[in-house]
Amino acid sequence: MEAVPTLDAGLETGGLSPWQLGLRRFKKGRLGLFAFWIVTFFFFVAIFAPIIVRVLNVDPYALDRASLNDYGLPKGPLGSMSWNHPLGVEPGTGRDILGRLIYGSRLSLIIGTVGTVLSTAFGVLLGIVAGLRRGWVDSLISRIGDVALAFPSLLLIIALANPMTQRLESWGVPKGNTAKLTYILAILTIFGWVYMARLVRGQVLSLRERDFVEAARSFGAGTGHLVFKQLLPNLWPQIIIFVAMSLPGYVSLEATLSFLGVGFQAPTASWGIMLGDSVRYYRADTAYLFIPGGALLILVLGFNLLADGLRDAFDPRSDRQQL
Amino acid sequence: MFYFITRRSFFAVILLFVVSIFTFWIFSALPADPAALTCGKNCRPEVIEANRARLGYDKPFLEQYGSYMKGIFVGRTYGEDESGVHCAAPSLGYSYDRHECVTSLVAKTIPVTASIALGAFVLWMFFGISLGTFAALRRGKWPDHLSNVFSVVGISFPSFFLGLLSILVFVIWTSILPFPQYVGITENPLKWLTALILPWCVLAVLSASTYIRLTRNGILEVMNEEFVRLGIAKGLPRRTLIVKYVLRAALTPIATIAGIDFAFLLGGAIVTESVFNLPGLGKLTIAAVINSDLPILVATTLVSAVFIVVANAIVDILYGYLDPRVRAK
Repeated sequence: MEAVPTLDAGLETGGLSPWQLGLRRFKKGRLGLFAFWIVTFFFFVAIFAPIIVRVLNVDPYALDRASLNDYGLPKGPLGSMSWNHPLGVEPGTGRDILGRLIYGSRLSLIIGTVGTVLSTAFGVLLGIVAGLRRGWVDSLISRIGDVALAFPSLLLIIALANPMTQRLESWGVPKGNTAKLTYILAILTIFGWVYMARLVRGQVLSLRERDFVEAARSFGAGTGHLVFKQLLPNLWPQIIIFVAMSLPGYVSLEATLSFLGVGFQAPTASWGIMLGDSVRYYRADTAYLFIPGGALLILVLGFNLLADGLRDAFDPRSDRQQL
Repeated sequence: MFYFITRRSFFAVILLFVVSIFTFWIFSALPADPAALTCGKNCRPEVIEANRARLGYDKPFLEQYGSYMKGIFVGRTYGEDESGVHCAAPSLGYSYDRHECVTSLVAKTIPVTASIALGAFVLWMFFGISLGTFAALRRGKWPDHLSNVFSVVGISFPSFFLGLLSILVFVIWTSILPFPQYVGITENPLKWLTALILPWCVLAVLSASTYIRLTRNGILEVMNEEFVRLGIAKGLPRRTLIVKYVLRAALTPIATIAGIDFAFLLGGAIVTESVFNLPGLGKLTIAAVINSDLPILVATTLVSAVFIVVANAIVDILYGYLDPRVRAK
């Protein structure tokens, strides 16, 4: 009688998909789960920003000159933190920092997630096409990838930011932030797809020779079935790890661009703008540097820890899961 | 091996050709009129047209590209009369905004960027590899955990935030260092060092974090190989085994990644240079973006691309030399 439950248990694990197995392992890693909640918290704040700002009664755009002294610096200590302004006010304008922090999370997260999703989708698509079609299609995609990688991408993103945004505006994209956002997402996709495509191409090239794909094909399966039912389920773990590992870089990119003055422009609430602005004040008002910088650090750290947790859970070669 | 090197170099030249055409095309397709940018807001149209002809912006795209490429090899004179400006080879264009040949502007930044890149590279390779090795050898114990924490926090720090923090702590709060102001190493080596030590450390912390992980995982992977077990079985001292066999095998792939990272850094540590106000290639780019100085932007993009492509080629050739399997492909 005792053998039966072990057999059952064995059958049960055998029936789990790689996805379910990974998820089960992920839930065991405490740090990864903790990071998951940090990231979820930031997403919650970003999605419900208008409501949260209303509830906390902090307006990210209202100028409060009464909180500033004659030099334009916050009157109170620590950037004039008070019940009205829990994290103080911005020097120069007197706008509420908490409100701007809450709204600023939206830009970082939109660029982080949409940028990653777009470049991943593009990469997976091109990788599958290259791996399945092979021949000249594969060569063409690979060579285009080589060219994309030969460019100094950050330099080009910065150099083209202003003129390309103007061009998008002249094509009818709404002026200002929408055009800038479109530009950043587009150029991230143009430069960001290559590594994902290479990874997927390699996987597809080896998977297509495997028996189960061969079997499906011999039953007359179409390309759609091959891609969605045979290939993609086996690619998911790799894609998830890759997405998780590239997210943190994209999240801090918005702040980097705005910090350098080629991203979004005030009065838009962005962490990078606040940090760039804080350079002028950080002798007098250190809190203004630490608050947006700390928020960005916690968010990126959360994403990185989440990525580590996911990699440990989904990558069968990862060594830490045995510890 | 000769065939491999030739093929790889040929590929690099083709790649550079395509990249240069693309760069040229992107910047010439921008809505900004490069001729109109050559003189200020209250400019007469005659002057704009004269400058357009002088800089060759009135010619068709391919002809512009051709004369630019020719300029790189034989130098180029802008304008035909006596007022023409000659830029010696390799001419990367003429910046009207600064009234200077782009090549000499770029040349001035190279020592700065090279100083930053070299120092940071030495620091990060040293700390990355030694901490990574240490972590791998004490796997699962506290050094491993500590280096893991260090690397995940280091990777997460946005570079400009870390840079600003370091200025705040070491310059403003404790006054250990003066505010970074770059001077050439030949002028005043001590000042050169004090200006660069913070940028080096900041870049090193960020990159070392990645290299700690790469080294640690590389070593752990190699430790599972048969030849390591053979070494243990035949009684090789642990030290010899690690240094002579394990590290050598584990570091080869890391060296190739390092070469490419170094090339990227040579193309201008844009963020670090602007945080620490260092007059390098990245700072030149940012200034050119603000002034819409297109000739400089084309040049910095091309120079960085050359670094990347050449580094890739060198790394591939070295890798082929070290690992015969690569050559066969």
